[in-house]
Amino acid sequence: MSLELKNVEKKVGIETHIHSTNLKLEKNTINVLLGSTLAGKTTLMQIMAGLDKPTSGEIWFNGENVTGLEVQKRNCSMVYQQFINYPNFTVFENIASPLKITGINSNEIKERVGKVAELLKLSAMLNKKPDELSGGQQQRTALARALVKDSDLILLDEPLANLDFKLREELREELPKLFEDRDCIVVYATTEPLDALMIGGNTATLLEGNVIQYGKTLDVYNKPENLTSAKVFSDPPMNIAEISKTGDTFKLTENNNVKWKSNVKIKDGIYKIGIRPHNITTYKEGNNSVEIAGKVLISELSGSESLIHFTNANLNWVSLSNGIQQKNIGEDAKLHMNVDEFLYFDQNNRLVNYG
Amino acid sequence: MAKITLKNLSHSYLTKQNYDADWALRGVDIDWKDGGAYALLGPSGCGKTTLLNIISGLLKPTEGEVLFDDRDVTTLNPVERDIAQIFQFPVIYDTMTVYDNLAFPLKNRGLSDTEIDSKVREIGEMLELTSTLNKKASGLTADGKQKISLGRGLVRSDVNVIMFDEPLTVIDPHLKWVLRSKLKELHQKINRTMIYVTHDQIEALTFADQVVVMHEGQIVQTGTPVELFEKPKHTFVGHFIGSPGMNILPCEIKNGQINFEGKILPTNTSIKKSNFNKTQVGIRPEFINFSNDGIAVKVKRVSDTGRHKVIDTECSSGNIKILANTSTQIPSESAHITFDQKYTYAYGDNWIIE
Repeated sequence: MSLELKNVEKKVGIETHIHSTNLKLEKNTINVLLGSTLAGKTTLMQIMAGLDKPTSGEIWFNGENVTGLEVQKRNCSMVYQQFINYPNFTVFENIASPLKITGINSNEIKERVGKVAELLKLSAMLNKKPDELSGGQQQRTALARALVKDSDLILLDEPLANLDFKLREELREELPKLFEDRDCIVVYATTEPLDALMIGGNTATLLEGNVIQYGKTLDVYNKPENLTSAKVFSDPPMNIAEISKTGDTFKLTENNNVKWKSNVKIKDGIYKIGIRPHNITTYKEGNNSVEIAGKVLISELSGSESLIHFTNANLNWVSLSNGIQQKNIGEDAKLHMNVDEFLYFDQNNRLVNYG
Repeated sequence: MAKITLKNLSHSYLTKQNYDADWALRGVDIDWKDGGAYALLGPSGCGKTTLLNIISGLLKPTEGEVLFDDRDVTTLNPVERDIAQIFQFPVIYDTMTVYDNLAFPLKNRGLSDTEIDSKVREIGEMLELTSTLNKKASGLTADGKQKISLGRGLVRSDVNVIMFDEPLTVIDPHLKWVLRSKLKELHQKINRTMIYVTHDQIEALTFADQVVVMHEGQIVQTGTPVELFEKPKHTFVGHFIGSPGMNILPCEIKNGQINFEGKILPTNTSIKKSNFNKTQVGIRPEFINFSNDGIAVKVKRVSDTGRHKVIDTECSSGNIKILANTSTQIPSESAHITFDQKYTYAYGDNWIIE
């Protein structure tokens, strides 16, 4: 089983929504489409589902050209950001609905609904109506409906975006487990890098209708091919600064006092570095760290972590430390950057060295 | 400005109350100092909006009193209470200029033009609205409009309290930190009593010096962000604050000790009571380590988030989550873990035993 997009392009009027895209998704994989709003995630999914036709290019499924084949003829399920259920149906009837139209007998329907309901912790709610459920349970019902039929392709379009923080945390963990033993291709669209990391599988970074990079999620995260991919896959945003390298000495262009030594094997010259916020901390981490002075703009506390925004040499920086690190606005703080984790990009924004 | 005291407040939307669940708010006691920054934090349905409406005077409590500077205001309406409130969505006059929007609350109170002008410019400056003061409010972005709402709330100096009800909901995620910083800075500059209501832990913990965590109509803990993280007084706080939340598992309390998985777990808190319907042990994922002996667990799943590993393990009492550095070697199946005793707590019927 595989799903392949060959030179797929989508234009609406004079605007290009999807630039020529090639992407091959394999059997039994979860594939995350990661990008901000308007990156083209939903358009790509609609093309994959057959809800929308590409302007040019082809879609192949299992070695067969399915371009133009309508959605009803494809074995595909979709879950949206909004919780979409039939309000007059019970949870059981909602989950059973895709099976009813296929003419499966009622005993088997009962069994299959029972199984998927258990998986999604809905067993106790089968006789309730959607409006008696919490947001999380409503979205579980929509997920159950997508899982109950054996789809070849399951498309999840930001399914957790409308859930509150704690529910999102819970469901994000459960999702990959749901697909572990299924014979299908899952595509999951999200704006949140953490979703991609928690789900694992493969990730495609997207920006303005272009697939920037596709590969194993952790590889894309650890070795972004270019600055764009690195930026898309960083939340909080990646710190980017220009540096110069002479021999084994590296200096920030904006502030020559921030310098460090490293035996990174790149030619002398000017580069950009990308530093993820968690590699700038209020404490030392790693064997090779360099100090950076900061004027605190604010320290944001998440409960178990602290995000400190600060300025150094006219640049805004973001750091992320474990625990509660309260700093006052305007305070002078000392922070530590973990040199071994820096990403180095050349003048064309291509990755030349990573941690 | 005023200090605010809430005395034994309870509220029910029903005419008769038979069960705890019939109360939207139960036995709330709060003392808020003049000039403090406070947050009410909890999921939807926890009673925080009911409490806010009681403080602002939109709702009269079924029981209890509201005092501003020791003066009973329980029966006063919102206007008589002299408060400013900022809502989720911008409340502004689209056809007026930014300047006139900010001046509006002051004109209504008959301030002189020169007074109004200096106030409006001061607030405009703080919120970085100076360059748009003469523009129509309708032309501004969502966050620009919400800044005007904030400004209208902050411009009066004669209010007893400024209340924020999820004020950053409409703000683009990438801009939120800027406004959070602004709000915090404003509080430091103008030093008025501020109450911030939200379901978002980052908003609450970032803004407030003291956070009131609510759950099912009750206050489960009031504390600083550090206290809520390091010593949750109720299992709900452990679960709700921090990501992932605290591990909470059934245990036995015998002779003032925590018995868990056939072992005694050391703790720094002294356990004097044991007569509870339900006893549990709580430990945050940050405070668990792999070791050679200790509690036997099975490693079920490891998720690498790029900056740490979240490890799902299982023992006979339930699942335990562990947070470790990405460089930590994770045992492949069977493992032993130990809990940091400084952060190991016992809970009786969901409340900390100490």
